[in-house]
Amino acid sequence: MAVMTGSPSARRVSDLNLTWTDVGPFLALAALLVAGFLINADFLSATNLANVITRSAFIAIIAVGATFVISSGGLDLSVGSMAAFITGITIMFMNAVAPHAGVWAIPAGMVVAILVGLLCGLANGLIVTVGRIEPFIATLGTMGIFRALITYLTDGGTIPIDRSLRDAYRPVYFGTVAGIPIPILISVAVAGVASFVLYKMKYGRKCAAVGANEDVARYSGISVIKTRTIAYIVQGMCVAIAAICYVPRLGAATPTTGQLWELQVITAVVIGGTALRGGKGHVWGTVAGAVILELIANLMVLSDFVSEYLVAAVQGVIIIIAMLIQRFSNSK
Amino acid sequence: MSIAANITGEGGRTLPQGDGPGAVEPVLRAEHLSKQYGAVTVLSDVVLDVLPGEIHAIIGENGAGKSTLMRLLSGYVEPTSGVLSMAGGPVKFAKPSQAQEAGIALVHQEILLAEALTVTDNLFLGRELSRGAVVDDRTMRRLAVEKLAQIGCAVSPTALVRDISLADRQMVQIARALLDDYKVVIFDEPIAVLTGGEVERLLEVVLQLKAHGTAVLYISHRLDEVQRVADKVTVLRDGKMVGTYPGKTLSQMDMARLMVGRELAALYPEKATAPSDVPMLSVRNATVPGYAQDVSFTVHRGEILGFAGMVGAGRTELFEGIIGLRPATATVELEGKPVHFQSQRAAIDAGIGYLTEDRKGNGLLLQERLAPNLTLSALGVFHPGLSMGRRREAMALEKAVETYDIRVKSLSAKAGQLSGGNQQKLLLAKVLLTNPSVVIIDEPTRGIDIANKAQIYAFIQGLVAKGKACIVISSEMQELIGICDRILVMREGRVTGEVSGAEMTESNVALLATSGPKPRPKAKGGPEWLS
Repeated sequence: MAVMTGSPSARRVSDLNLTWTDVGPFLALAALLVAGFLINADFLSATNLANVITRSAFIAIIAVGATFVISSGGLDLSVGSMAAFITGITIMFMNAVAPHAGVWAIPAGMVVAILVGLLCGLANGLIVTVGRIEPFIATLGTMGIFRALITYLTDGGTIPIDRSLRDAYRPVYFGTVAGIPIPILISVAVAGVASFVLYKMKYGRKCAAVGANEDVARYSGISVIKTRTIAYIVQGMCVAIAAICYVPRLGAATPTTGQLWELQVITAVVIGGTALRGGKGHVWGTVAGAVILELIANLMVLSDFVSEYLVAAVQGVIIIIAMLIQRFSNSK
Repeated sequence: MSIAANITGEGGRTLPQGDGPGAVEPVLRAEHLSKQYGAVTVLSDVVLDVLPGEIHAIIGENGAGKSTLMRLLSGYVEPTSGVLSMAGGPVKFAKPSQAQEAGIALVHQEILLAEALTVTDNLFLGRELSRGAVVDDRTMRRLAVEKLAQIGCAVSPTALVRDISLADRQMVQIARALLDDYKVVIFDEPIAVLTGGEVERLLEVVLQLKAHGTAVLYISHRLDEVQRVADKVTVLRDGKMVGTYPGKTLSQMDMARLMVGRELAALYPEKATAPSDVPMLSVRNATVPGYAQDVSFTVHRGEILGFAGMVGAGRTELFEGIIGLRPATATVELEGKPVHFQSQRAAIDAGIGYLTEDRKGNGLLLQERLAPNLTLSALGVFHPGLSMGRRREAMALEKAVETYDIRVKSLSAKAGQLSGGNQQKLLLAKVLLTNPSVVIIDEPTRGIDIANKAQIYAFIQGLVAKGKACIVISSEMQELIGICDRILVMREGRVTGEVSGAEMTESNVALLATSGPKPRPKAKGGPEWLS
């Protein structure tokens, strides 16, 4: 019988053991900024950066929601169509209420947008969890449904926002507070709340546990259905917030709104270090990922090396590289 | 020669050495084979001579390194040091197919078959016969029928593997090893899922192979079978070789002593005073469809109640049903109050802790650190407010590491980095963190070493000493006899008997586990026993 030796000494739990997955996205972002500066000095100008980050806000906000879904072991392909659908419903609601309520139609419309997002997310979540349908297939289905609905609502054309609301709504996208564009502030706020929920609240633990190993979660008394459904609801609400920021940018909803956003969103999450098979979510990495995507597009426009028509190809290459890095950093 | 010379059995007599010099040329020889994973040595300095036409049993406790040795011999793992040689020349296997080509086949412990393919497809998987570019289905089917008949397996060659019973699947795996003329066939605990008659057929196959001049390496923890068929027995303990002995000279008790390395009794804590007669958990007519029928029992304050039975007797499923992890009907009373658990959450909140038999699959998040694992089923307790109490969590971890002697290099290590025994202790700490009054422990010591086993038995004893009630499910009879106050035996989903006190002997338990009431017919496809 082995003798029990060595009492456990006072070992500290260190919270500071960063891995490549944690810092990688930010290193990549920094490297990109340096490369951008070398290619074109205008790249680092405050105006250009503010523009780029503002444009990345929609993807960033939706991708923060996708971090929840992917972390919990799900996937949502419907976000782009959902964004278009919510944009359409919101504009129609605001236009209908505007004659009676004046500019109050805007906040009311925002509430409606959030509610619709919540319901869309709930639908996705229930189909996946209670219906036990593969997330890929379930959200492929709702992606088609949302896209068809917005095409139907716009009758194949566009729904512009009412003239009387346009000026009042404009600042939500174009305005600044203390020199910082409002969409940037909104994304930071969304990411801040999300990281509190994922890292500081019980729900975050449950979410990561369900994503890492559903059975362990179940055997630990965690409701997989509830946890995953909530992730989809969060995703829906994030899409709604993005839609609210998006309306004043174009001032209209069209059948092509949000097309292929799901790809950019998933790319941002993966670049950000969240594993596609679930587990720990990296909220700030996701935000960095969204910015990286937009920076690359911007760099391609500013430089003459590569045609800007190839932006999607470069983003495709990036997602593959990000996956390869994750693969090799896990297999050692 | 072998390092086993003049090993003294603890029974006091000197066990004779294996083969003398000048014996038949070995077909496979291992010299000073060692395997390390990082700093952990799982196998060190194993010396093995395998002669043609010989049945060579490898025995040892869980975690003694038996499976690692077999994986080294069959090319699944490469040795850290040491030499393998066949027919005189040294060989090196970088992958299983090379070992197969050299004439070594391994019959796995787990069922590794493609469920969506037919029996024939599986038999020939990776070595399909073909005529020109076309696979020769007819010949393969004919050979399949032949080989299956040879081992007495009546399964149709065109049946899908997912539709046949677990035992038949194991027979199909065995048939795979008979397709070619292998020089060495290795059976890695092949009988875990086989029932009486099938075990007999397997032993016949083993004897056929021997008669044919094939060397058989036979790993088993069932010592009676080892004693019946083995010409030679090699004993491993804690990754080291204890020795090689002629089979017939060892009694089962000798083997057990050599495996454990000391008297068996010392492993178990002194049994405490008799349990009270205050019922803690009482279950009436529990039925889990497909797994357990009409099971009733009561466990009292301060009592350790054992559940014995073969793998697949429905014990795990019964308790998973009772605590709400799978659909079940039962009348349950907890401390006199009727309860019904819709979910595991409800059972935990009511004060029932369940430690799963599948530590890696259902128990721990191996990629996660220790603290989140520890508190996962107690999130509500530990983090009553909006945000989580990290400091409290860290303190709980330090306390658990100390209380349960979890050996860990750093408190921020991941659960997957712990050894099996330490993982088990972490899992126990996790289950006990919710402070349950009834603790159900399913396979308390599967795959962990002897020192950790003894500790876990002591922890269980400590639980009942504190007035909790404890239910232990185990497939190791000795373990149950060693720690339980009373043992219920299950077979094919029903309780076939109860033993306590002096009646708790291996033969009594084994009898009830294998020959209780008439077994019910198995559903087609068989229940997923191992799930």
